[in-house]
Amino acid sequence: MNPHDLSEPLPAPARFKRGRFDMWAFLFTGATGACTYLIITILFVILGNIILNGHSNFTWRFLTGGADKGMYDPATAGVLPMIVGTASRIILMTIFVIPIGVITALYMTEYASSTSWHIRIIRGAVANLAGVPSIVFGLFGWGFFLNFIGQNMDEILHPGGASAVWGKPALVWASLTLAVMTLPVVVVATEEALKSIPQGLREGSLALGATKLQTVLRIVLPQAMPGILTGGILAISRAAGEVAPILFTGAVSYYPELPKLLTDPFMDLGYHVFILSTQSPNIEQTRPLLYATVMALLLLTFVLNIAAIIVRAQMRRKMRLLQ
Amino acid sequence: MAEITTARMASDLVSSSMAPKTKEVINLDQLSLFYGTSQALKDISLKIRENVVTAFIGPSGCGKSTLLRCLNRMNDLIDNVRIEGTCEIGNQNIYGPDVDVVELRKRVGMVFQKSNPFPKSIYENIAFALRLHGVKKKNELDDVIERSLRQAALWEEVKDRLHSSGLGLSGGQQQRLCIARAVAIQPEILLMDEPASALDPLATAKIEELVMDLKKDYTIVIVTHNMQQAARVSDYTAFFYLGRLIEYDTTLKVFTNPSHKQTEDYVTGRFG
Repeated sequence: MNPHDLSEPLPAPARFKRGRFDMWAFLFTGATGACTYLIITILFVILGNIILNGHSNFTWRFLTGGADKGMYDPATAGVLPMIVGTASRIILMTIFVIPIGVITALYMTEYASSTSWHIRIIRGAVANLAGVPSIVFGLFGWGFFLNFIGQNMDEILHPGGASAVWGKPALVWASLTLAVMTLPVVVVATEEALKSIPQGLREGSLALGATKLQTVLRIVLPQAMPGILTGGILAISRAAGEVAPILFTGAVSYYPELPKLLTDPFMDLGYHVFILSTQSPNIEQTRPLLYATVMALLLLTFVLNIAAIIVRAQMRRKMRLLQ
Repeated sequence: MAEITTARMASDLVSSSMAPKTKEVINLDQLSLFYGTSQALKDISLKIRENVVTAFIGPSGCGKSTLLRCLNRMNDLIDNVRIEGTCEIGNQNIYGPDVDVVELRKRVGMVFQKSNPFPKSIYENIAFALRLHGVKKKNELDDVIERSLRQAALWEEVKDRLHSSGLGLSGGQQQRLCIARAVAIQPEILLMDEPASALDPLATAKIEELVMDLKKDYTIVIVTHNMQQAARVSDYTAFFYLGRLIEYDTTLKVFTNPSHKQTEDYVTGRFG
């Protein structure tokens, strides 16, 4: 019989009949769904708790007020210095980390041979850097940036000066410490973006007599920009919530002025939450203030992320027009 | 031999029956190439003539693409490649110590198997290399871009949308854009690595027409899997097998009266 002859009806497909109830499939589907909803539930419980407890104190006066009078009193306390301090350290960190991370990734993917031993060592080092606890970065920043570089700068720039200018907690050291901490995130994201660019584009450019540098700058990097910004977004998210690396390098418990110079110390939202919860003379009274400060930190992280995401979306749109 | 050559191929060959004896511009002498320890090209000696189309044919893995990529030093991009012997282009060994690879690639253009337009507009795809090589003025760029697109038989199709993306073109148009991009900087030699292998028959015919047209101005070396294509477009044919050059002669001779058994088996379709 011709197997392609469809004039005769096919025999009834007995084996397609639904079999017994599949217990394992049911349980597994249920378990995957339950885990997913558990995550959403946890997120809502956390956010709900913060908003419920903090919204009463989350006022314009609170966001724009200074910390100079009644830091623990909900009626007078403001968090503007902390907002400015946190935003400055994050933005400065981004300025430090993106160029260094991108150039590292460029070297690893475009210049060095991927099988060479020193690239394997660098790759291992980057992976290990990502696994170092953040307090260790804090100690590193304190020892290296503040005590070594800062103090030497003081000796050279201000010999015999009475007080330290660079060799003390400062915005620049905190930002640099955070940049070191988030470097792996940017390197890995940029590397992935560079690897996803077709080799044919590089070859096409080189075959036209472009130099390696021209190829990297004009063909490869523009293509990798959205991926680089993804790295930036991840770095911002990681750095925003970190307190440990800035404990010894820049954040202080009380400095009511807004940081103006790179060498100024600063107050930080995350550190301030810790201060409020441990140093307050009246815990019950400070509680709404504490939650409102956490709200401010979350909102700031959200705003910085949204800004980066908007830039990336625009860049992607511009690239899509060319595809 | 003649009786097993298909009628189609015989008619194709008419056009290329008179292979011109022009000046030799590429001179390969005992060229060998190693990937690590495995040898991909074995002692290849070959002289390629000016303003003709030379086809490299042979089964997959025979080294024809590798050899093509030797001619503009594209193999430099691959780690662990070692090359012995010489490859002279215009009397200069391109593997010599004082060779400027960028200058070499300007003179030896390349079109790839997979069309690779930049994610830029049609105009910018061509302007890219022109700007790199010092053409900056708008009207000068416009002129060269129009001329290149006309040379690549693409002008009529894209003249109204020069500033839309090169990636929005069809496969065949993208490949012609890549050809336009390559000829814009006026190389002396144009290397084509299976330029039509990913295209439909109509687009392929256009590319072939273009190749025959371009040989007035350029020396063309084309790698192809398609025997009919080699017969149709080329004046000379080199047959490679397992990294060796088996036979190199006029296309007519290679296809109708090859001197080697392996060549005969391949061009008549017995293997490969």
